[in-house]
Amino acid sequence: MQDVKSETLRIVGFLCNWCSYGGADTAGVSRFRQPTDLRIIRVPCSGRVDPLFVARALLSGADGVLVSGCHPRDCHYSDGNFYARRRLEMLKRFLPFLGIDSRRFHYTWVSASEGQRWQQTVTQFTKQIHELGPASKEAENAAAVALSATPAAAGGGAALTVPSKEQVEALKKAVIDALSKVDVVVGWKQGFDPLHVEPCFIEKPEQAGQLVFSPLCEQSLAPYLTRLKGKKVGIIVKGCDSRTVVQLLQEGLIARDSVYVIGVPCTGTVSVKKAAAAVGGEKVVSVSFEGDAVKVTTASGEKRIPLADILRDKCEPCRYPAPLVHDVLVGEPAKAPAGEGPSGYDDIAAIEAMPLAERRAYWERELGRCIRCYGCRNACPLCVCEESCIAETRDPHWMTQEVTPAEKKMFHLVHAIHTAGRCTECGECERACPMGIPLMKLKKKINKDMLDLFNYVAGTDPDEKPPLYTFKVDEERIEEHKLA
Amino acid sequence: MRKAAYIPKEGWKDFVAALAGRAEVYAPCRDGDAVTFRKIGAGQEPCLDEPAAGAPKGVIYPQSHTLFTFDFRKDPAEPDKMEVELNASTEAPEAIILCGRPCDARGFAVIDRVFLGIDPYYTARREQTTLITLTCNGPYAGCFCTSVGGGPADETGSDVLLTDLSHGYYVEALTEKGAKVLENAALKDGAPYEKEAQEKRAAATQAIRPVFSPGARPAEAPDAYWEEVSQKCLGCGACTYLCPTCYCFNITDEQSVGAAGRRIRSWDSCMFAHFTKEASGHNPRAQKSKRLQNRVAHKFIHYPEKYGEPACTGCGRCIRLCPVSMEISGIVATLTAAGT
Repeated sequence: MQDVKSETLRIVGFLCNWCSYGGADTAGVSRFRQPTDLRIIRVPCSGRVDPLFVARALLSGADGVLVSGCHPRDCHYSDGNFYARRRLEMLKRFLPFLGIDSRRFHYTWVSASEGQRWQQTVTQFTKQIHELGPASKEAENAAAVALSATPAAAGGGAALTVPSKEQVEALKKAVIDALSKVDVVVGWKQGFDPLHVEPCFIEKPEQAGQLVFSPLCEQSLAPYLTRLKGKKVGIIVKGCDSRTVVQLLQEGLIARDSVYVIGVPCTGTVSVKKAAAAVGGEKVVSVSFEGDAVKVTTASGEKRIPLADILRDKCEPCRYPAPLVHDVLVGEPAKAPAGEGPSGYDDIAAIEAMPLAERRAYWERELGRCIRCYGCRNACPLCVCEESCIAETRDPHWMTQEVTPAEKKMFHLVHAIHTAGRCTECGECERACPMGIPLMKLKKKINKDMLDLFNYVAGTDPDEKPPLYTFKVDEERIEEHKLA
Repeated sequence: MRKAAYIPKEGWKDFVAALAGRAEVYAPCRDGDAVTFRKIGAGQEPCLDEPAAGAPKGVIYPQSHTLFTFDFRKDPAEPDKMEVELNASTEAPEAIILCGRPCDARGFAVIDRVFLGIDPYYTARREQTTLITLTCNGPYAGCFCTSVGGGPADETGSDVLLTDLSHGYYVEALTEKGAKVLENAALKDGAPYEKEAQEKRAAATQAIRPVFSPGARPAEAPDAYWEEVSQKCLGCGACTYLCPTCYCFNITDEQSVGAAGRRIRSWDSCMFAHFTKEASGHNPRAQKSKRLQNRVAHKFIHYPEKYGEPACTGCGRCIRLCPVSMEISGIVATLTAAGT
């Protein structure tokens, strides 16, 4: 966006055809004076405004974005703006988490007859953007920040127990039994070294011997369910993994009768990345669990690592240790810790508490490492667009192939927003990332808002609907944003 | 040419600062939860706590590189006439890659055979860059350099070789470029430490047991084999983007407002379905099994047929950082054994 005089800023407006565009027209016909910074893009309905339109505009250098549609209950298509309200509210809360000032984005309702209201909206919003100054200023502020220590996730001593030999044998037996009902069972087997465990695909009973089950089995196997479509699939799930199965069922991405769920209660898993880092990435010779520690042997010797240090971040506040859906359960169901509702958003609150510039600097550093390998996306059980993902398509051309901070941010916004209200926090994105980017924090932030706005937790009820796929005429917790 | 020197640990910080004074220094740096190659800041030292996540490949062969910018302009007098202004620059800054590993340096030797002297952008950067490589004292998870003709003290591609002797670094300039970069550094005589360095290197070489013998050429395998080993593959590009030898690229025009824009070259990955997708919509490698087969074959059959060496330096990144622990060395070992 060039060719703009320095005193004008670049504001993009998405206006619905039926109301707000008409309102703008009314304002024009009535000769109301308006600032000239706004560039209007006419859309059929505010429901057409993908939150990513707004994100793309802001990341491409727009200083502000205004979305306006028909008043609620007055949509030309009856409910387009109800959907828009939920999505845009999600975005309004998400942008500042990344360090983009939420005042740069405003959504509102203006009818075709409200020329005056339109004039006020544009005038006030433009004034607000001018007060904030050009968007480039925010980048400069962030560049000047010396980052303090990364907010650590809640650590502590979890009562992680290692499954007994009998439990593992019982699991093997359950898998063999399942083979009479399914084509393939997805489980875990030993990987290239004693620390790594990898997925395995068991088709014959004699292959069941390779199965392993230990706190190293952190990978969720659920992403293979959609990949194995057409087959009847048995899958071993921990409590958290079962939420993904529930979500896939809810969205109709898999059919209940094509999946056979073997549930295993879980008391927590170990982050293989953290364990590898604790021994400096050296070649691992052996791994054994001893009480509240894991003993890892390398050429440099033996190292006892306290489990509390290498427990996966996502396991510490686990609310779902027992599978929510299963055809067979192997072992005693684990109990959820006492307490009210899902917790574990302390790390998100810590980022939210940072000053805006620091938040931006934090994500610029973290996402700056992204190499756009798409490991996070491909590991995500809910990312099912495959070759049509807009991160790679040239038509539509949503993203360039460049590795600038804006493009990296855009890609991660696409993933986070496309899984908004669907993400079950399985953590596969973060686990898959070879660059150690805390990607779950982006998803958790949205989930925190979904809980706050709609009292919704994804992947817990197969008969529910993701909150952004539905609406309420009267939203109890979304308040209209007013311009000063 | 070979001249040995020594830097005691106390002198390391000054040595790094002196290098940073003469050129842009790229070294492994602590970067959040990972260690990556980045331009080193004032007073900063390379982070050697764990292996760097990515190879330093991007310093010479950037992940996305503007080949030229273009701007189409209409002649106001003759609106039918369109002129295009092109701006290209192959200018490269003087750079030093500090504390890359022998497998990283060897990776450049693999890319050199394809690009050096042919591609002006790569050539300029390669010539402006000096590689000060740190030998390894032992294997990281997944390492198999000795299986592909390399080793923890392999000299291929490097200009200077450092060996960590715990009390200091044993320094050897291997090329003139290397000697030049050490010119004004405060170095001590290395001769008294030569034996110690050699013993360290020999011990490290011993510690990395070959998974297959250098020169191994995997035999062909039936489709069913590839379908089985690729079943767990998620189809991301981590293996190729972290690899010190993968050089496949894509060229795209990225337009700004109006008719101005940039033609960029960016890394591409043979593990992506888009990689071979043709304009017609046909994709000769539509299945991930075919893509994995191609990746292994390119590195261990096709490239060696053309250049005599495998396009793999055994750095182990694609193994230890793969989200599903795909083990390329295991595949090659299995197929080599099957062929003999």
